[in-house]
Amino acid sequence: MELFERNAYELSDMLKNKEISSVELTKSVFERINSVEDKVNAYVTLNEENALKTAEQIDEKRANGESLSALAGIPIGIKDNISTKGLRTTCSSRMLENYVPPFNATVMNKLEDAGVVVTGKLNMDEFAMGSSTETSYFKPTCNPHALDRIPGGSSGGSAAAVAACEAVVSLGSDTGGSIRQPASYCGVVGLKPTYGAVSRFGLVAFASSLDQIGPIGKCVKDVAMVQSAINGRDNMDATSACREYTDLSANLKADVKGLRIGLPKEYFGEGIDNEVKTSVLNAVKELEKQGAVVKEISLPSTDYALSAYYIISSAEASSNLARFDGVRYGYRTENYDSLIDMYEKTRSEGFGDEVKRRIMLGTFVLSSGFYDAYYGKAKLLQRRISEEFNSAFKDIDVIAAPTVPTTAFKIGENIGDPLKMYATDICTVTVNIAGLPAVSVPCGNDSNKLPVGLQLIGNKFTEQALLNTAYAYEKTAGGFIMPKL
Amino acid sequence: MVRGYEVVIGLETHAELSTNSKIYCDCKNQFGLEVNSQVCPICMGMPGALPTLNETVVDYAIKMGHALNCNINRVCKQDRKNYFYPDLPKAYQISQAEVPLCENGYVDILVDGEERRIGITRIHIEEDAGKLLHSDKFDGCSLVDLNRCGVPLIEIVSEPDMRSSAEAKAYLETLKSILQYLDICDCKMQEGSIRCDVNVSVHKPGEPMGTRSEMKNVNSFSAAVRGIDFEVNRQIDILENGGTIDQETRRWDDVKGESVSMRSKEDAQDYRYFPEPDLLTIVVDKDRVNNLKAEIPELPNAKILRYVKEYNLPQKEATFIAESVELAKLFDDCLAKDKYPAKSYSVWLLGDLVKYLNETGKNLSDTMINADNLTELVGLIENKTISNAGGKKIFAVILKEAKDVNKLVDELGLAQVSDIGLLEKIANEVLAANEKSVNDFKNGKTNALGFLVGQCMKASKGKANPGMMKEIISKKLEEI
Repeated sequence: MELFERNAYELSDMLKNKEISSVELTKSVFERINSVEDKVNAYVTLNEENALKTAEQIDEKRANGESLSALAGIPIGIKDNISTKGLRTTCSSRMLENYVPPFNATVMNKLEDAGVVVTGKLNMDEFAMGSSTETSYFKPTCNPHALDRIPGGSSGGSAAAVAACEAVVSLGSDTGGSIRQPASYCGVVGLKPTYGAVSRFGLVAFASSLDQIGPIGKCVKDVAMVQSAINGRDNMDATSACREYTDLSANLKADVKGLRIGLPKEYFGEGIDNEVKTSVLNAVKELEKQGAVVKEISLPSTDYALSAYYIISSAEASSNLARFDGVRYGYRTENYDSLIDMYEKTRSEGFGDEVKRRIMLGTFVLSSGFYDAYYGKAKLLQRRISEEFNSAFKDIDVIAAPTVPTTAFKIGENIGDPLKMYATDICTVTVNIAGLPAVSVPCGNDSNKLPVGLQLIGNKFTEQALLNTAYAYEKTAGGFIMPKL
Repeated sequence: MVRGYEVVIGLETHAELSTNSKIYCDCKNQFGLEVNSQVCPICMGMPGALPTLNETVVDYAIKMGHALNCNINRVCKQDRKNYFYPDLPKAYQISQAEVPLCENGYVDILVDGEERRIGITRIHIEEDAGKLLHSDKFDGCSLVDLNRCGVPLIEIVSEPDMRSSAEAKAYLETLKSILQYLDICDCKMQEGSIRCDVNVSVHKPGEPMGTRSEMKNVNSFSAAVRGIDFEVNRQIDILENGGTIDQETRRWDDVKGESVSMRSKEDAQDYRYFPEPDLLTIVVDKDRVNNLKAEIPELPNAKILRYVKEYNLPQKEATFIAESVELAKLFDDCLAKDKYPAKSYSVWLLGDLVKYLNETGKNLSDTMINADNLTELVGLIENKTISNAGGKKIFAVILKEAKDVNKLVDELGLAQVSDIGLLEKIANEVLAANEKSVNDFKNGKTNALGFLVGQCMKASKGKANPGMMKEIISKKLEEI
């Protein structure tokens, strides 16, 4: 088995026992990148030179007997909307094509302290708006399991890189499913943490009240390791939660005895592919076999969640993306004859169609005269959806559902139909609207050999229970399947 | 009333708060530093940077809320006000829309000796924007200085309760003195620490309110007066010529002394306010609100009223003392002794003391004057131990040196002669030596009396009690 194929927790032990060095591991990953990246297109920017330098430093520290974290020396890819000091952060947009942040996101400071090796910046839908990574200004990323298919999005590069073993683990961000959906399509594990568990400082904002950074890995334990390294209260982010954060990977237990699992009927209805439904229900049966108690529940407002999500997220996006005006950094149009002309041309040329669509939608729903009918109502729905989850979690511990209604579709198949594209988020957006944690874990394939994801949703700050459940399933019935590349 | 029209004025006043750091980041809040030197990713609105609220801003705003008798909204949000401009790096200003931190208050002001109550609609917190720099040297470009981005502001919105430019000026001056008393704004007008927008309308008495115009760029209190007077006359001219007033935003050009239209109501910007998702709801507990209230001293506008009403000080003098924190404290400490009339103190404060402070540029705390030695000095004059002139000599010493007032009377030989025998002897000598003046007096030239008393004072080397001296001379002249 090649080093790049291995899980982070195995590699961590091998590094600790000095069976391998971080330089060897990093070289192995970059060899893999060199051999498959042409097909996958997961990266926007590679960081090979610095990665090897970091790996050397970590090896040196280890040789000197310094105590290092579990992630020290592990190659990790970073979604290109997370600010990396000195390393280009484009959000896969022409607008930020040459933008190099002067500061690190809080998660990057944490990961640097942990001694990780950053392989590069991963492709995404432009400003995280999209469900297929096709809205990237640079290139579409391909699904490693079927290169003519999308990897999902917006963290398509993050999921594809892990699935193609071009990074051992990665960071993504999830505003309406952007970690879980590509994880599901690419057959890897992705965690969307509770809103407030991971600092958003340095994450280029799409929808501030919904965005959350989270890990993607080949197995549950890897995801638990990375999550424990990045979570925690941050004084630079007013919305980060002030509480105790326990070690998720040390406390990981494959134990679901007595766990109450709820199956919301709204997540198994119309539009959900039969093969997906079957795979997910089989996974739930496996958990039941291990001692979980399963019952059907209802979350009636789910039908309205997608509308509420696209109103709230677009409203916030229209304001968050207003700063890209060509004045201080990023793209500025070549020729203009006034300030307004400069704004208009810069933004028309710098943003892609999907981003412009959301900015227009968001501007509209916040406009005087329309605010109450759209934004106001969406916020009311948000409250109702949260209340429904709250009352559901009185009787159950974990909700099980599909992550996405179907398996990965073909590149170009939906790009001309925004509504169809938006509908792929139907099972994931409720979690962001309610600020809950959720994990997507592979649960078999459809008849095209395309991965299906089981989504597990928990109450706020129940990441441990979610990961334990996913771990129990993974150990007996699941697990990563290496794509043939 | 102006030209038969009633004038209605409301003011929106922005005051920069004098916190150490900015409202949403740790950058220094200081005027006049090198261009773009007090900036960070947060106040420059770099991608991914997030604001965190400086709680001192909330404290300062609540203090102002208390000072203006407002209700404090212990739970309130911050909102985004969206618009594009190169001095606004995020393209939105974090402000407060629906629910401000403070609302429904009032402030009492004095205008020409009359007390007026002006309603306060609301006070909210927000961040300042940067500054555009224009110059021929910039080769056709405008440059931007972001040092001011994120400087904390409070916006104080008044009810349309003012009826003249004089009232508006008095209102602004009252706000300024309160801000200074609370020590929450340095009130340097030339640095733009207080700026205001003026809303003006006119109507005939008994008729409904007129359409208002809003005037921006009013950067001093005197400009507010000029701007209001101009705007009132402009509106009346239009109405007198049968025209109608447009609801519009105008810009005051103080150099030209006129306002020009910026945009009409139809062109009004839609700021698309919505709750700022990067910040938590502001929740202030009751104790904090009460503790801040306890820190509010007696405010200058209340002091002025008290000085005028209780001590019969003229408004101008009362205002002068009340608006200086130091002078007012000295004055109040003296009066607290309840020994001598207020005016016997105010003459010193407004006279020799202020003169000295102005000449030397010193503060009261740099002098040795305090309520104790000033009261002793006033006492010596009141009981005629020394003359006013003698008092001035002692005052000049105790400004600079911590010397005992009573000892100074002896040291400087200032004790007045009140011994009748001695005074009569002086009078006899002076009358004998000035026969011509005595005759003048007898012939009806009453001012000869003053001359003769003056000669007596001179003969006594200034020590004679001038009152007694005058009495004796008068009596003797009649006897002659």
